[in-house]
Amino acid sequence: MEHILSLIIIFPALAAFLGMLVDEKSIRTYGICMSLIEFILTIFVWFKFDTSIDLNFIHQFGLISDFGVSYIVGIDGISLFLVILSAFVTMVCLIALSIKENLKHLIISILFLEMAIMGAFLSLDAILFYIFWELTLIPVLYIIGAWGGKDRIYASLKFFIYTFFGSLLMLVGILAMAYFYHKIYGIWSFSLLDWTQMSLPYDVQIWLFLSFFIAFAVKIPIFPFHSWLPYAYTQAPIVGVIMLSSLLLKMGTYGLVRFLLPLFPQVSINFSFAICVFATIMVIYAALIAFSKDDIKEVLTYASASHANIIVLGIFAMNEIGLSGAVFFMVSHGIVGAGMFILVGGLYDRRGSFSMSEFGGLAKTMPKFAFIFALLSLANVGAPLTSGFIGEFLSIFGIFKNSPWIGFFASLSIVLGSIYTLNMFRRLFFGRLIKDENKNLKDASKNELFAVVPICILVVFLGIYPRFVINPIQISVEKSLSFVKYKDERELKLKENNDR
Amino acid sequence: MIDSINLNILNIASIIPMLVLIGFGIFLLGISIFSRGLSRQFYTAFCILAIALDVGFILGFSNQSSGFFGLIFIDGISILSILIISIASIFFLPFSLSKNDFFEYNIPEFFALFLIMLAGYEFMVSSKNLILIFIGLEISSLALYTLIALHNNKSSVQAAIKYFSMGAVSSGFFAFSMALFYMLTNSFEINEIVLNASKSNLQGNILLLTAFIFMVVAVGFKLSLIPFHAWVSEVYSGASSAMAGFISVVPKVGILVIVIRFFEGFVKFDFVWIENFVLILSILTMCVANILALVQNDIKKMLAYSSIFHTGFVLSALAAGSLQVNIGIFYYWIMFAFANLGAFAFLWSRSTNLVMSYDKFSGLVKQNPTLATIGALFMLSLAGIPPFSVFWGKAYLMSSVINAGYFWLAIVMAVNSAVAVYYYLKLVVYMFLKDSMGDGVYFANLSNPMKFILAFASLGSLFAIFMSQNLLQAIKWYVSGVIF
Repeated sequence: MEHILSLIIIFPALAAFLGMLVDEKSIRTYGICMSLIEFILTIFVWFKFDTSIDLNFIHQFGLISDFGVSYIVGIDGISLFLVILSAFVTMVCLIALSIKENLKHLIISILFLEMAIMGAFLSLDAILFYIFWELTLIPVLYIIGAWGGKDRIYASLKFFIYTFFGSLLMLVGILAMAYFYHKIYGIWSFSLLDWTQMSLPYDVQIWLFLSFFIAFAVKIPIFPFHSWLPYAYTQAPIVGVIMLSSLLLKMGTYGLVRFLLPLFPQVSINFSFAICVFATIMVIYAALIAFSKDDIKEVLTYASASHANIIVLGIFAMNEIGLSGAVFFMVSHGIVGAGMFILVGGLYDRRGSFSMSEFGGLAKTMPKFAFIFALLSLANVGAPLTSGFIGEFLSIFGIFKNSPWIGFFASLSIVLGSIYTLNMFRRLFFGRLIKDENKNLKDASKNELFAVVPICILVVFLGIYPRFVINPIQISVEKSLSFVKYKDERELKLKENNDR
Repeated sequence: MIDSINLNILNIASIIPMLVLIGFGIFLLGISIFSRGLSRQFYTAFCILAIALDVGFILGFSNQSSGFFGLIFIDGISILSILIISIASIFFLPFSLSKNDFFEYNIPEFFALFLIMLAGYEFMVSSKNLILIFIGLEISSLALYTLIALHNNKSSVQAAIKYFSMGAVSSGFFAFSMALFYMLTNSFEINEIVLNASKSNLQGNILLLTAFIFMVVAVGFKLSLIPFHAWVSEVYSGASSAMAGFISVVPKVGILVIVIRFFEGFVKFDFVWIENFVLILSILTMCVANILALVQNDIKKMLAYSSIFHTGFVLSALAAGSLQVNIGIFYYWIMFAFANLGAFAFLWSRSTNLVMSYDKFSGLVKQNPTLATIGALFMLSLAGIPPFSVFWGKAYLMSSVINAGYFWLAIVMAVNSAVAVYYYLKLVVYMFLKDSMGDGVYFANLSNPMKFILAFASLGSLFAIFMSQNLLQAIKWYVSGVIF
């Protein structure tokens, strides 16, 4: 029982490895079954989750003990739902998978990717986290490069090298942290549990903060580091886009919560305004670009980036409401994004184009599809009764408490969001059915319904009764923020003592 | 007079490993006189046994020994580097047992020269006396040039002659530098040179500077550091993939040991400019080698420049100079050896051509996904992606550099690693993301011994994390026994 987290990490890898034996015909069923089992395992962890303990199910053993590298995995309220999200999204996108050629390699890559993502969310040792962080790049390189669009090789290489560059800076930061830990305590350790005890001098903290922050900022992406985004997302296949937008992006925001806030509280507080400014720029900038696009995949790409920066705002609000809202929004953004991209992929499979001008008046021929699309669009916008509202509202409320101006500009995301989302919906589904090809389009297929209806149910359920999910999140967030405040006070006291 | 000669003073036991290799080499030549037409399987097995015996003897050295009136000096670093050289050579020998047969693998001279070359490397690392280092250097280099030329192809002979002429010039520089050091400090031993130089306060002496620069030229040529790298592209493309793989891993160990001994000796006595000099040279090597590798269209040349990049990486850590760096250098080189052995074995199994362009591997994943994954494993491992082998070496070296206080150097190393990723990924892109050309990819040269080597190298690259703890402890045990 205590090793269930390691099981959750290893299981998709084993499934991927054994999937090499399976033939092309049954590989899709194999993939869906394996991801379903993984999902059940994560739900099982939720049942057995104890909110009174800081970190549940810790599994620890040394890997290179001389050097301090050990294998530590553990789960708390923040990572619990991200793990469940990963299993759910993988399962859902495998159900909705419509690619036919070379399916075996695709499913094996997705399962490996799932393992790496689980590992990144669960690991509590910095080098282990780095290993899984980098391991996610390899399947994504293959998925984008082999099943993508016209410029796929360029897009996948650009994504890989850009992200790799950021993570190498994080590696230098990790090694420097271990060096400082060794200087203060005399032993080598890369474990986060040990590092949170450390107090570093402020100027050192700034550089370490920056080295970690750049790696996470490239992943999310936050304003200056976003130039890989349009290429990677437009050239990737739908399943690749879902994994990128729902899961890998959350790895970036999770890193902000797991590494930056506990390890560098003083710097986080002081830099939070600047970071929030950049995030707000990205929110508005991405939203405006989304409005200008004709290609529905691009609209959703920029929408996803815009909402991801709301998450960043919630995190750097540095209060319980903002942080719990941000974590909840991570989950909601993940499932809503997955659902919308699946539906958009469905439109592409029917007509072979992502352009809005090819469609119009589809609500007549595809009523069920239109209904689900409408529901998810409302969730994307952040309309009340959907989970998107809870996430967006709490995050913006959190940042509003700290800085009303940033809160004002961030709330423009709701306005701009409704503009581009509803505009897209109108052009796709409402209006007259001009094109003849659209008259005979099939309504939502079985696979799409199986994949997206659970998402819709979850979205509405979490919108009405978020307490289910927010409770564990809030408890963990309180613990983590109280620790941040305690550490911040302690460091302020140390600084005052030194100044005197 | 005769009864006062005591052979025990010589401590012949200290050169038994080298004698074993040379003896087996001569023995091989002798056997071939009596039996004609012996097969390459016999020669390879014989050689592997000889090297295994050598490893056995070297493991018997438990503490420092010296012999031949101080000419031979075996300490922890010697034992460790002899172990690395021997074990790596054992794994490069089965390259001769691939499907295609070649002229050089059927003559005994190739294998005898191979063993004598290894003996030369062993002499090089087991001595503090510049003359013996020079002799070892020359023996191994001459044997290596011949081994390259024995491939009996016009390009190979050309490559060997180019290597020979440039190598001769560099050996001349080595000899000149030895003479200058002797003139200044009246000794050929490295520690005595350093001691005398600091005693006579020669820090600013122009002749000492000249001697040092000449030594750098000689060593830099062999290590293919950047201003002295012109031979690399010709020699690697002229040599067969088997020989090129060997050149990229084994000879560098010997030279690195010389550099370690020299450099640390001087740095201990406050010759500050040496540290900056090595730093500039190694950073230049890393950056320029990266750029040169980026523009290559031939995989062998790319791997050649990439091995220069790895050498520069290791050397830049050396500038930081601490015990952890010394451990890190050997650890990195072992991890790198796994990946590079695998990469060249992969090339050799595909084709024995001297020219290996990227599209020889296009679309491999559709033909043979296992081999494609193994090839990708070696490329990703060389790129430094966790959790494969070279990443741990990189992390350890970068950490030791940070611990010595050189934060900016760690950032330079990280940036260069990021740039290097592109040319390793290029082969992965060709294998996985491009369509195959013509009749598809066919691994004509893959035989069971090659499969064994590929398996060994891939297991080593994949599971490096699990053996790192023991490996690091063993290396630490050997390296920290060094007393200058």
